[in-house]
Parts: sequence; C-alpha cells; structure tokens
Amino acid sequence: MPGVSLADTHPVVVTVNGVPRERAVEPRLLLSDFLRHELGLTGTHVGCEHGVCGACTVLLDGEAVRACLLFAVQTDGHEVTTVEGLAEGEDLHPLQAAFREAHGLQCGFCTPGVLMTLVPFLAEHPAPTEADIREALSGHLCRCTGYAGMVEAVKLAARAAGHP
Amino acid sequence: MTESPSWLGRRVPRNEDARLLTGRALFVDDVNPPGTLHVAFFRSDHAHALIRGIELGTARRRPGVVAAYTAADLGEFWQPGQLLVAPVPVEGAVFHAVTQGPLARGKVCCAGEALAMVVAESRYLAEDALADIQVDLEPLPAVGDLEAALAPGAPVIHQGLGGNLAARARQRKGDYEAARAAAHRVIARRFRYDRGVSGAIENRGIVAAWDPRAEELTVWDTTQAPIPIRNGLARVLGLRESQVRVIAPFIGGGFGPKIMMHYPEELLVPWAARRLGATVKWIEDRQESFFATTQERLQIHDAELAVAADGKILGVRDRFLHDTGAYDPYGLTIPINTQCTLLGLYDVPCYDSEFTVVFTNRPIVTPVRGAGRQHGVFVMERLLDFAARELGLDPVEIRRRNLLTPDRFPHDHGILFQDSAPLIYDSGNYAPLLERAAERVEYQRFKRETQPAARAGGRRLGIGIVSYVEGTGIGPYEGARVTIEPSGTVRVATGVGTQGQGHFTTFAQIVAEVLGVEVGRVEVVTGDTREFGWGSGTFASRGIVVAGTACHEAACRVRAKAVALAAEILGVAAEEVELASAGARVRGAPQRRIGLGELARRANPLRGAVRPGTEPGLEATAYFGPDRGSTAAGVHAMVVEVDPETALVAIRRYVVVHDCGRVINPAIVDGQIQGGVAHGIGNAFYEALAWDENGQLLNASFMDYLLPTALDVPTVEIVHLETPSPLNPLGVKGVGEAGAIPTAAAFAQAVEDALAGTGLEILEAPLSPNRLFELLQALPGAAR
Repeated sequence: MPGVSLADTHPVVVTVNGVPRERAVEPRLLLSDFLRHELGLTGTHVGCEHGVCGACTVLLDGEAVRACLLFAVQTDGHEVTTVEGLAEGEDLHPLQAAFREAHGLQCGFCTPGVLMTLVPFLAEHPAPTEADIREALSGHLCRCTGYAGMVEAVKLAARAAGHP
Repeated sequence: MTESPSWLGRRVPRNEDARLLTGRALFVDDVNPPGTLHVAFFRSDHAHALIRGIELGTARRRPGVVAAYTAADLGEFWQPGQLLVAPVPVEGAVFHAVTQGPLARGKVCCAGEALAMVVAESRYLAEDALADIQVDLEPLPAVGDLEAALAPGAPVIHQGLGGNLAARARQRKGDYEAARAAAHRVIARRFRYDRGVSGAIENRGIVAAWDPRAEELTVWDTTQAPIPIRNGLARVLGLRESQVRVIAPFIGGGFGPKIMMHYPEELLVPWAARRLGATVKWIEDRQESFFATTQERLQIHDAELAVAADGKILGVRDRFLHDTGAYDPYGLTIPINTQCTLLGLYDVPCYDSEFTVVFTNRPIVTPVRGAGRQHGVFVMERLLDFAARELGLDPVEIRRRNLLTPDRFPHDHGILFQDSAPLIYDSGNYAPLLERAAERVEYQRFKRETQPAARAGGRRLGIGIVSYVEGTGIGPYEGARVTIEPSGTVRVATGVGTQGQGHFTTFAQIVAEVLGVEVGRVEVVTGDTREFGWGSGTFASRGIVVAGTACHEAACRVRAKAVALAAEILGVAAEEVELASAGARVRGAPQRRIGLGELARRANPLRGAVRPGTEPGLEATAYFGPDRGSTAAGVHAMVVEVDPETALVAIRRYVVVHDCGRVINPAIVDGQIQGGVAHGIGNAFYEALAWDENGQLLNASFMDYLLPTALDVPTVEIVHLETPSPLNPLGVKGVGEAGAIPTAAAFAQAVEDALAGTGLEILEAPLSPNRLFELLQALPGAAR
C-alpha cells in the first residue's frame, strides 16, 4: 500500500491479565513478541512460530489462541490472559497444582501453553474422558514428558474440582 | 538416621515446578536487557558450494543495522572449532578430524551453514537485512548417499582428505570366523537405521553481555555444558576464565545437541558483544534448528549372527556405515556406542565389528538421546528375531537362552566404550527383567488367546518384546558444594546444566537425606559457572550418577562438620549426635538439640577463633569421578494393532521393566522413561528427515516433521527392579536415554507379529504408514 511503512506504528490498547496496556507497535509485531518483549511477560514461550507446537498459547477473550499466529494489533480492544494470570499470588491455580502433583512437566518450556489450552478445556469439559484429554493435548508438542503426566494431571484437576 | 521415612525412593513433587508453572522461570530468551542488539544469520541454501563472494554493503547501510560480518571480518578469531571428544583409542583406528569454523570460508559443506551475521537493533530489522545480502555461490554436486560417498570419483567434501572417509575402527573379541564355521545357522541381513532431530521445544539461544567497566563477559546460553563453554570462550577471546560467567538457566529440553560446544553462534555472539561493547542476543528459530542444530542420522549395517541349534549366540559380525554429516567434532562417540550397545544383555563370545564413518553434505551429527545405542539394539534384536523364526523358537525364549547370568558380573566385554574405558558391565540381573515384562504384558496369554481371537475377528494384533542396555554415568567427574546457611536453608551448587531432569529435586533429596532436612529446604543451583566452576556437563545419562554422588559426598562432609560442632556445644561425643528435623540432637534425648541455622551461625563466629585444622561455616565441596560408567538395562514390550489396508499402526500397550539401580525419585525416573519412549515412538514411526538429491532438507518444520502427540503415545506401564551399582555409594545408574533406545526394535517385532504369515521383514527404521504400506505392497503375492 502506498504510504504505509512496516515501521509505522499503530496504537494498541489491550487488557492483559486484567491490566489495561497501551503501546504503539509495528503492525507486523507478533502477539508473542509483544507479550514477551514489550510487556515483559516472558512466561509465554515461543517454540516454532508456525502455529504447531502450541507453546505460545494464550487466551484471547477466554479462548485459547496461538500468540505466534496473531499480530499484536489484532488484539486492540480485547482481553488477553497469559500463564502469569493463572496463579493467585503464591497460590497455584488448581491445574498448576495438579501438574506439579502428577509430574506433568519436565523442562517446563511447553507447559505454559499447555495450561492455557487446558483452562478453557476444563471449563467446557468438567469431567473429561482420557480420550477427550488426549484430544485436547494433541495440539501441543512436548518432547520431555511423553504426555502421560499431563493426562494424569488433568484427571487430577477434574477430580479436585469435584468431577470424578 | 531420621525418624521420618527416607527421602530416597520417594515420589517427591519437584522443587522447581512452581517457578515453571507460573511463568517465572528464566529461560535464555527471557533475558532482554534494555539496549540489547539482535542477531540474524544468513545461511546457505546450498549443501555444497564454493563461495565466490558475499556482499554486505546494502545490509550494513540499512537503518537499524549495527554491524554485519563474514568470515573475512573475523580476522584471527576465525579458527576451526575444537574437537570436542578425542577419538576412542581403538588399535588401528583411523580418524580424520574436520571441524566447522564460525562462519563458512571458502566453501559451504551443508545447507544452513552460516555465511554472514547481522547485528541490528531488533530481530525484525536483523532479518530484514538478511534480504539485502547478495551471495555468489557456485554449487557443487552434493554427497548424501553413504555408499556413493565412498565410491571412487565421488565429490570430495574436504579436499585435503582426498575422499569422504572420516573414520574407521574395528573392535573384536574371540574368533568370529571359527564361530561362524561351527554355527548351525548364520542369519545375515542389511539394516538401515535412520534418526532425526532432537526436537527440544526451546530452540537454541545465546545472550552475551560485555561489561567494559568490570571487564567481564556474562553469557546466558542454552547449553547442557556451561563450564566447558566458559573455558572455551575465555580461551578464544583471550580472557581469563574468571572474567567469563556462563549461565545455563532453565533450559527447554536438551536431548544431546545442546551440549555441542561450541556451536558457531556460541562463539560469534560473545565475540560480537565484546567487539561492540554491548549486549548481543541470538535466538534460533525452528527452521534454523533443523539445519544449524546437530542431529543424528543414518547407519547402514551388514550384520550376521552365528547361532547354535539351540539358539545360543556363537558370534556376531557387523560392518556398518555411519553418517557424520559435514564435520565430525564429536569423535567416534556415536558409532562406538552403537558397536558396544549391540552386545546388549547377551553372552556374545565372539564379536567382530567394524564401522566406517562418512562425511556427507548434511548437518553435523552428534549425540541425540540414545546416541547411537538405538542402532546397535535394532540390529541385534532384529537378528535374534529372525534367528528365532528360523529355529522355530519363541522370541522370548531365544532371548532367555542368551542372557548374561548374575554370576557373570562384573562383565568385561573385551572392547572399549565411548569413555575410552573398557566396556565392563558393573552389575545386572537380567532374567527377571525379561520374565517380569513377559508377565506384565501377558505374553503367553496374548499369544495363546488374545491374538488368535482378534485374528478370528479380522483384527491384526501383534506383540514385541526386546531388551537393551544403556551405558550411563561416565566420567570424567562432577562436583558439588553444600552449604548450610544461617537461615537453616541448605544450598547446593553444582556445575551440570539442567534441562528438565529434576535435578533441583533429586539432588535435594540426596542432600536432605544426609542432613535430616525437608527436601523443600534444599535449594539447588545448577549451571552457573560463578556458583560452581568445575565440571563437564549433562550428557550420557550421568547427572544423578556423577553429580548426584558428588552432592552426596559433599553433604556427608557437611554433616561431619555439623555433628562435630553440635557435639561440642551439646557437650556429648560426636557419636551421640544425630541430624534430624533440621537440627542436631542427642540420640535418645531429642530435647537436647540445636537447629542447623543456629549451628551455621555458630560455625561462623564474629569473635573468638576458628581453631587450626578447622574451617569456618558448614560448607563442603566434593568431587566424584568414576573410572567407568554404570550399566542400566531393561526390557520393553509392546502390543500393536495394524490395519493391513492402510498400514496404520496403533500402540495398544507399552510395558517397560527397567533397572537403573537405586531409584532416587520414582516419579522422575518414570517421567524420563515415558518421555524417552515417546521419543522412541517418534523414531520408530513418525520422524524422518527427507532430503533431496541436492542435500536440501524438505521437511524443516513441525508441520512436516512429525513429533508424536498425546494421541500417539500411550501411558507406559513401568516396573522398576533395582540392582545397585557397586561403582558409587548411592548405587545409582543413569536413566535419561533408556526409554528411547529399544522402541523401534520392539515396534518392528510387534508389527511383523501382527502381520505374521505375510513374510514381512522389517529391516529399517523409521517406518511410516506410507513406508509400511510400500513394504506390504512389495511382498510376493501381495494382491491388494
């Protein structure tokens, strides 16, 4: 487009973990880079930047999305939740606690994205079957765990919430 | 010693998890000080080419670009990389070391080799500038096929060598020719075993900061071996080791290639930081990692097994080719591992194995989880399967007849292992591994009832059961420093890097056990050269064996200091003092006690004197260097279902019976095995690098190179047996690579079993549904 440069910045107002944030950013800035570098929320990890591994998953208006497949400018006026928004102070979110209990993580690099997929999943499927859980996890790549601990953690979290 | 149950052998939740789960854990890419400059590399599209020219002028003029370099700009800093592992001194072995320089000079030897480096104010700008770079490359024919690479007239990658032979080594014991002559049958096959990328979800990265006032270089690096990185950087940059601090913070998976010190980027980024007096950062992207991070690849084996009529192994002969890629910085480690691990749990009286290592125009090969062991296990286990079939024996039975018996330990195989020490198995009890696995997977019942019933119903189920050893815990040494702080917290510092193995917890368990404190009160620091500056790194499944033992020894020394001081304060003999509940107390009179924090304060007085012959504080440092490794072993059994129409394979059950000596934390050991099996399943059925005839990788993304997902990996049923190692006081053996080693062999046996009667023989890994379909179509009488 004539007159438009990649270096032109656009204002973005986005609520992240409940806090309104305002920045002027290049239109090509990925949401993942915006969160990590502009806002310093480095809990969101980047593993492939082509939407496969799932490590960068965050919630956009409550739905799990890949932060590497969105531009920051697309979140203008929306709400984003990252892994930093899960725990209440020192108290782990029940899903986080279940991951610790069931050894659902090893290196922990893919874990934040996995958690962000599972939070809305568990809200929609409070008593998931193992097949449901594996289906939900199948959009994430983990090289360390072989997934068994994650599956166990989700079952544990569902039970802890009163859904056997 | 303590009233509470032992910390060892307990499923203790991990100390590090809260930080990882909340996003607070620091990974290298999270290091982002203001003013950081960012690097992007211009990489070769060609696998083999002469460099005629590189034009950086336009890139340098782009706004936001700070600097751009080619090899010519590096001056004397340009040196070929160091040889990382000296070749194992096998008699008569040939080894031609050729290592990579930091930027390609003169010619390109594999696709993805870096030609130029751009430093800019942001990564986006640095990548923009890559588009400004003009290169003039004259393509040469690329070498990929291992046999063609050695044929006369093949294009030569490293001119000085006159050919593409990188190494050759032969190890023998007994008289194989005599064994062959005496054999009832000789089973001979050709096997192709290919492997792929390590696939850590965190790519590599490095951040280097030069502080001109302190004259110190700080480097955050995704390395498994921060101390050797520091030592090497000091050397090449002309700095004292004390001027360089290398930090390997949380690392998002290692699996071998992150130890490959030093990658070109690991040299160039610190060099640029010093030259520019700035903080400089490079984070590898996923596509780059498929080229620029080392990987494992193809071996071709021509192997034969000489067996007696009763199935006893008389001897094995193997000749194999090993692809090392464009350079061979890691010596002979992988093919030696293959050569040694092939022998497995078996009594092999005669062995004659020779390998030839070949240079190709492909990315560099260094160890990936398993490190060549898979290849050897696949060959041996497949040969046993074919022998069993010819002799009319059950696959379990032929293995049972050949296992080393407990009276044979320590067992000297008469050849050298990767650490240049003799291949001696320290301890083992193998028959129970096989029997428990067969029992757990209900082998007899499966063969008798389940499989025939399924077949009658039109379903093809198959079972596979294979074994493997894993040489673990090799030297040279690791160390640890244990300190009781006045707060009562115990601090442990060790030099190994950590990439998810749970060292913050297992090391804490070892120390907590000795000092009588809660595991949560033991804070472990790993991978920061300023915290602990001696050691070599995390590789070869050696963390718990070598560093864990050093932690234990240091903790014992601290205990002795604490007990001596407490005895003095409490007015009793040292033998009467015990450590428990975070304090020292008199045996039988627990109310007479002093807390560890108070003891630490008293051990560091502000007045008075520390007596001659004693040291202040409750602190000790210890080292552990085993003469040789400890050998873990196991048996994997799997049940698969094959759809003969589509050749899709589903894994119905997976059983692992494993012996890694004493288990410190069963949850962590299970996790290592489960994760290893997942990696192995990928290697068996999903992960294959696809190259074209020009040496170009065709599937360099996670869209096209398939890592197994939660839908592909079942929950493994794991049984632990414990045969302690006599080589360390804890009796531990390593476990990091075990799960990944025999998976493809089990998979092949199970798939053949499911398709029994078709005459299918699986002689290669990885398969894929597509490849399996091709193999089925090619069978004589395939009417589909």
